[in-house]
Amino acid sequence: MEMVLFFILAIVAVAAGVGVVAQRNATRSALFLLINFCCLAGLYILLNAQFVAIVQVIVYAGAIVVLFLFVVMLLGADKAEEPRRPADSGARTVQRFQWMAGLMLGALLLAGVVWALVLAGAGALPAVIPTDNVRQLGIALLTDFVVPFELASLILLVAIISAVVLAKKRLEG
Amino acid sequence: MVPASYFLVLSAILFTLGAIGVLIRRNALVIFMSVELMLNAVNLTLITYSRFLDDIAGQVFVLVVMAVAAAEVAVGLAIVVAVHRHKDTTDVDQMSVLKW
Repeated sequence: MEMVLFFILAIVAVAAGVGVVAQRNATRSALFLLINFCCLAGLYILLNAQFVAIVQVIVYAGAIVVLFLFVVMLLGADKAEEPRRPADSGARTVQRFQWMAGLMLGALLLAGVVWALVLAGAGALPAVIPTDNVRQLGIALLTDFVVPFELASLILLVAIISAVVLAKKRLEG
Repeated sequence: MVPASYFLVLSAILFTLGAIGVLIRRNALVIFMSVELMLNAVNLTLITYSRFLDDIAGQVFVLVVMAVAAAEVAVGLAIVVAVHRHKDTTDVDQMSVLKW
């Protein structure tokens, strides 16, 4: 049962990832990204991380994808589909080189990462599956990890201020 | 019970997809989406190890990564909007000057 669920979620996640990269329309890329995030939330539940799964749906699928769609439509990138191939032959050669180099480097990266993960191994299976994930996480956040927890709020504050400063129109005079 | 290595290989594939997206796409928005793919792949690795080493620390890492990712998207998209206002494009090949 778990195996079946894993394979469904994994295949949809990878297909959606391919969709994000391969779609020429930015709106569709964002929607594929949404599918990918939802699949990952399902995988987190399979891994007994319920709280992170919910946060994944709220923060990534809810906030970040909406922000992406908002900016895509604000900038009008949803109407402009990238051409399948550039008009002049020089740009076409550059693009072909980019694709080849990108795919080759990607294959190398995949081989390297898989090799590193195989070397690292995954450790022994824990005997007991804890059922109080949220409680454990809350205790960890407010005892051992209280400094990173507070730092996260500072990072978010800085992000809010910098986003407003960067995106606002300059006041004249 | 799904073996941990399956999750790890899946996250490696997703990370690679994100990296390829950053390399071959020229639209700044899609590049940001690819960066998000990579961040999520790393989150999956962290949660897999959190589960299989029975240590909650991995999930705390993921929450911090999510906060940083949200900040990164907000600032990054603000920069894209600001650049679009000047150059009227989101193509990274056109953004080749530091000052104009």
